[in-house]
Amino acid sequence: MPGKLKAKIVAGRHLPVMDRASDLTDAFVEVKFGNTTFKTDVCHKSLNPQWNSEWFKFEVDDEDLQDEPLQITVLDHDTYSANDAIGKVYIDIDPLLCTEAASVISGWFPIYDTIHGIRGEINVLVKVELFNDLNRFRQSSCGVKFFCTTSIPRCYRAAMVHGFVEELVVNEDPEYQWIDRIRTPRASNEARQRLISLMSGELQRKIGLKVLEMGGNAVVGYLQCFDLEGESGLVVRAIGTACTLDKVSSGSAPNTNTHVHPNTAPASNACNSPSKDGKESPLAHGCRSTHNSPVHSVCSSQRLSQNFSVSVPTLIFTGMGSGGSAGKEAGPLKTLLRQHTQTALEQREFPFFTLTSFPPGFLVHVGGVVSARSVKLLDRIHNPDEPETRDAWWEEIRQEIKSHAKALGCHAVVGYSESTSICEEVCILSASGTAAILNPRYMREGCLDIGSTDHRFEDPSPPSCGFCHIPYDELNMPFPAQLTYCYHCRRQKVPDVLFTTIDLPSEAAVTGKGCLIQARLCRLKKKAQGEVNATAISNLLPFMEYELHTQLMNKLKLRNMNALFGLHIQISVGENMLLGLASATGVYLTALPAPGGIQIAGKTPGDLSNEHHILTIQKRINDTIAKNKELYQINPPELTEEGLGSPIPEPRQRSRLFRSHSESSDELSELDLSHGKKDAFVLEIDDTDAVEDIHSLLTDAPPPTGFYSCNTEIMPGIYNWTSGIQMFTSVRVFRLSNANLTNQGLNKIFTDLCENLLKSFYFKLRSMIPCCLCHLNFTVAVPEEELIQVAVTAVAMTFDKDQAQEKPAEKPINKGSSENEEQLQFPLELCADVSSANTQPSSKVSGTVSLLTPAAKLCQNQLVMIHLPGVPESTNVSSRAASVDYGSFADRCSTWLELLRLKAHTIRRGSVKTSRRTQSLAHSVSSLERCSPLPEGRSRSLRSSRSFGGSSVTVVKMTPLSFLPGIRIIKYLGIINMFFIRETTSLREEGGVSGFLHSFIAEVFAMVRAHVAALGGNAVVSYSMKECVLMENPNKNQAQCLINVSGDAVICVRETDQEPTASMTNIGQTCCSANDGAT
Amino acid sequence: MAVELDVFVGNTTIMDEEVYQLWLDGYTVNDAVKVRMEGGVLDECEASADVLLSDTMDQYRTFQMCERLLHSPAKLANQCSNDFPLLCLSLFRYYAFDDAFVREVLGKKLSKGTKKDLDDISAKTGVTLKSCRRQFDNFKRVFKVVEELKGPLVENIRQHFLLSDKLARDYAAIVFFTNNRFETGKRKLQYLTFQDFAFCAGQLINNWTVGAVDNMVEDMDVDLDKEFLQELKELKILITDKDLLDQHKSLVCTALRGKTKAFNEMEANFKNLSRGLVNIAAKLTNTKDVRDFFIDLVEKFIEPCRSDRWTAADMKLYLTHYTNSAHILDTFKHQVVWDRYMGVIKSCIFKMYHD
Repeated sequence: MPGKLKAKIVAGRHLPVMDRASDLTDAFVEVKFGNTTFKTDVCHKSLNPQWNSEWFKFEVDDEDLQDEPLQITVLDHDTYSANDAIGKVYIDIDPLLCTEAASVISGWFPIYDTIHGIRGEINVLVKVELFNDLNRFRQSSCGVKFFCTTSIPRCYRAAMVHGFVEELVVNEDPEYQWIDRIRTPRASNEARQRLISLMSGELQRKIGLKVLEMGGNAVVGYLQCFDLEGESGLVVRAIGTACTLDKVSSGSAPNTNTHVHPNTAPASNACNSPSKDGKESPLAHGCRSTHNSPVHSVCSSQRLSQNFSVSVPTLIFTGMGSGGSAGKEAGPLKTLLRQHTQTALEQREFPFFTLTSFPPGFLVHVGGVVSARSVKLLDRIHNPDEPETRDAWWEEIRQEIKSHAKALGCHAVVGYSESTSICEEVCILSASGTAAILNPRYMREGCLDIGSTDHRFEDPSPPSCGFCHIPYDELNMPFPAQLTYCYHCRRQKVPDVLFTTIDLPSEAAVTGKGCLIQARLCRLKKKAQGEVNATAISNLLPFMEYELHTQLMNKLKLRNMNALFGLHIQISVGENMLLGLASATGVYLTALPAPGGIQIAGKTPGDLSNEHHILTIQKRINDTIAKNKELYQINPPELTEEGLGSPIPEPRQRSRLFRSHSESSDELSELDLSHGKKDAFVLEIDDTDAVEDIHSLLTDAPPPTGFYSCNTEIMPGIYNWTSGIQMFTSVRVFRLSNANLTNQGLNKIFTDLCENLLKSFYFKLRSMIPCCLCHLNFTVAVPEEELIQVAVTAVAMTFDKDQAQEKPAEKPINKGSSENEEQLQFPLELCADVSSANTQPSSKVSGTVSLLTPAAKLCQNQLVMIHLPGVPESTNVSSRAASVDYGSFADRCSTWLELLRLKAHTIRRGSVKTSRRTQSLAHSVSSLERCSPLPEGRSRSLRSSRSFGGSSVTVVKMTPLSFLPGIRIIKYLGIINMFFIRETTSLREEGGVSGFLHSFIAEVFAMVRAHVAALGGNAVVSYSMKECVLMENPNKNQAQCLINVSGDAVICVRETDQEPTASMTNIGQTCCSANDGAT
Repeated sequence: MAVELDVFVGNTTIMDEEVYQLWLDGYTVNDAVKVRMEGGVLDECEASADVLLSDTMDQYRTFQMCERLLHSPAKLANQCSNDFPLLCLSLFRYYAFDDAFVREVLGKKLSKGTKKDLDDISAKTGVTLKSCRRQFDNFKRVFKVVEELKGPLVENIRQHFLLSDKLARDYAAIVFFTNNRFETGKRKLQYLTFQDFAFCAGQLINNWTVGAVDNMVEDMDVDLDKEFLQELKELKILITDKDLLDQHKSLVCTALRGKTKAFNEMEANFKNLSRGLVNIAAKLTNTKDVRDFFIDLVEKFIEPCRSDRWTAADMKLYLTHYTNSAHILDTFKHQVVWDRYMGVIKSCIFKMYHD
């Protein structure tokens, strides 16, 4: 019995009325863990019951502790008939199993019902006592920390990066079991929720075991996904990067002394080319296509796996590039480098890393994007305990990725991710990453002794450009590319463009700002079944990928940029179409050559009208490029030509290029490579498609003034974030008319949908200007035949415009904001005083209200103010984190409310004129602040942060990024991984699908916040919505939605605050005693 | 081809004040979009009409979802929400009302019948029907909740609806008027504003209700103190006893002489006015006469004075001496009741004596 779980049910509040006659409820609670159930007494006739139960004790294996959630069911007691369920709370107790994370879970949890949503709240206390178990053959892996964050977490130091871990578990989907025909939707939903919770727990435990085996203590970049395969079952799979993390003592910046430790486990199959036929499962119907595109340049060579015979006649894009140049003495060094690392990494089955940003020095060279896709036919999973089929599928794909990386001269893949798209019985498995060479010094064999490796690795290339240098041998390039000497160090070769799936390395030299670049594509396909369908899809895939890349490349050139980061290509399959969406953040890397323009060429030279047409288009393109140059402030330093190797290939070299090229592609380009201009990119207008493409190229509107957007963690070129953040999720579903749609028509609809969505964000967030939408994560799906669904999660962050150009020397993100707060403190105080004295809105305020009242912003700050009065100054952090309990919070803010009431009265009579009303509101709030009953010091600092919207700490902040601007994370409390189902049979009454989904998402946010607060946290970082599956049937007035979210719960403090001296393990205690006091 | 679903959910709700007001004022989504377009939001943000429509619909949906919370604001404080302050702000707006509208329904039964008349009121006051309905429902909701509660009325409203002090007082007045069904709609009372009535209601609640003596009874602030009303009958002696009346008059006149231009009129009208006020007091045991309290005050006292062109200062002077002189009367034994009565009457009349 290695563990004792204790739970106490304290009280409930705002329960729904379950007894119509008395308008009251007789509630009691069932607490279940594993197969043991306890019950509380019935609390008669109360909507706010006080159970104050004893401690319910469960004595369980730690294996169960990891797998099972604590299940709390609130019921209404009924003497005569069956008890009615009010709702449930599932509590994942995994965070309690780590000694470093939370020690107690205590707080108000929303009681959730899959039919009615949130119905009141329940106050629960949970503790775990773990006994030491040194059993070597244990099946549990308690103590392994999990992080969704795809970089080394802020308050840790990576002592060792062990490498890739993966696992998957399968089960039957309860929704498709026979019993589902006779049970209620509620029972079915709950069975599903519980099963997935169980499976997630099991998955984490198994991954944890693998980590322990490798000698690690944590998983970073943990990515868990569900495949709802319908009839054939339910797959939960996860990948991550095993690490050994050391906690960094307070204050010191995370030391990045990283070692990659070779996997000591014997690598059985170190062979490079996977024997695919051997691994082919009989269940897979043999219909499979994998293909990669080292998305390195236009000339992405299409590699098709051997046993898939799709001829790709149109893939003659070799002609669009131009030659390469020979290298000098760089070769030997590289070979040496490879020799060092190969031994270490190639022993590993998969040298993959799910991380997207790295400690300095870790990443040596980046080769390009490698991706592989495979189309599979699903079949029922016969034996859930042996998920071999699915394992084999992924194994194949990973082997494919590995060999692609090798072809690019790289021994590792970073920024690695996997995804699926399922429609009926067809499933597309995708994997992508960035081929890279990692620092050989960090991979010395047997570098377990950390102490001796403190000396810095002497990097031959400077960190600001080193990663751009080509990892492959230029005499033997995997695909043709134009190489030049690095524009930064001028010592090594760089490609003309670089595509990657990782975040921009923080030390990289960038010119100007970056921007979001999206390629969107729709392809119709015939409806079909089984293998025919799968073949049709796999035939379409290479074309889609090619076109997406072409689009990306065009758009990149149009913005005068030369590199893409965070590239994510999603291909979704529907019954009659395929959707492709590629998102990335474009930047101008100083080290890479300036992109050439785009040149338009006509098919039939001599035709005058055509010629004229081409000229006008050419002019428009040139204008756009010039405009974009200005918009993104791309002013690369002028370089003198003589310092560089000639970028124009000499004939001799070109012929060699051809030779090496012909090895990988059997169709040699016939096109003239040197098309007039030296690095111009040629677009040929030979048919209407091409015209259409060019038009769509030009229709992408730039974001309005004051806005930037990117899909990476932070925006290249912006370094001084202020503390205003707004995380949001937006979902749009578009219904196509069933008129005969063409590919072009569909493309336009899809493009407009994405563009309009972006425009909506800009409009909604206009009060935050200047701001940047970061980590814009688009997910597309085809839920039904005529529907296109786009779901976006992102965070808007404000920044200081004036200093946007400058890049602070080091740790840029963390510093800027605190400085700004300091600077602005004084003027703001002033203006608050002025406004109250003259009863005039201060100029500062009125300046921003012309568009809309920054009510949300202002209020967000108010929250902080409410939050603090009751908190003693000395124990600020710990008690602040703990005081997220909403009950006592409300009590404490009563004085504040009083003031708000007083002030708000003056604004209740509003006319329709906006400006006046908003000003008065803003005024009332600002003057309100003046008289807030706060201790002087505290109110001062709070006021200072006001104008930035959202000051440092609100109740529970959420962000998809791994950090919060101006805020320091002091403790990771564990992973949040929640799965919810919501169903309704009164869709119309709930405001239609939009109303239904809106309230569901809001409820999910509320539940995430409540769970984080109960762990003692005050923020969620690396938050993401992995799944949002919506099924609707308006005719039947029904809808169902599944949402899966994850993130890391953290405690954070404002950058300026000191580390709390109080021991963090006491937080829980103080928190719960505070609760007791309050209730 | 249409957008079938369109939602935007932030970790903190983004709320546009302008749209909120349009929603409160009962504009439809399309009308609101028109108003916003005319307001020029589009030019400022390089947005299209589609974007504006989507944003407006989204905002309206958010408000509708919040509305549920706003109906029972006490719960609001405990929501696991990052939007608490925002909701508070919207709450005040939500419970705000138009004086023109409230003047129309003040003292009326908050029944289905009245609700049916809302379109007439809407037409008369220029407040949109939707907004009228919201305000009406707010009155009714507050009325229903506080009806069954013990303790001070204003405090209860504040506690349960988290309203500002001022707004809570106004609602208390509305509840008080509704409960006692005071007549406020007569033509002669039209010149009085809601704030006049709200002030009077405050006076009555503080001095004449059961709660003025005992603060733990149900309905303490809503029902008038029956015992006190009974005692008021005793004041009749001031007008029935001829000696007392004359004595009172001479005392008042002595005090007033030379201090006001309207002295002659005051002297001439003393008996009439005194009879008027004392009769009002004596009749208050009848529910019917309670309802007519304000109209009686106007007819029996304010109108005669106004026709004699008393100034507000005259009025103050007269009533002060009128009240105080009664204390000097030897045979008049009901000083406490007299003070409790006249204290309220005095302040009500001061408030009501304007054009």
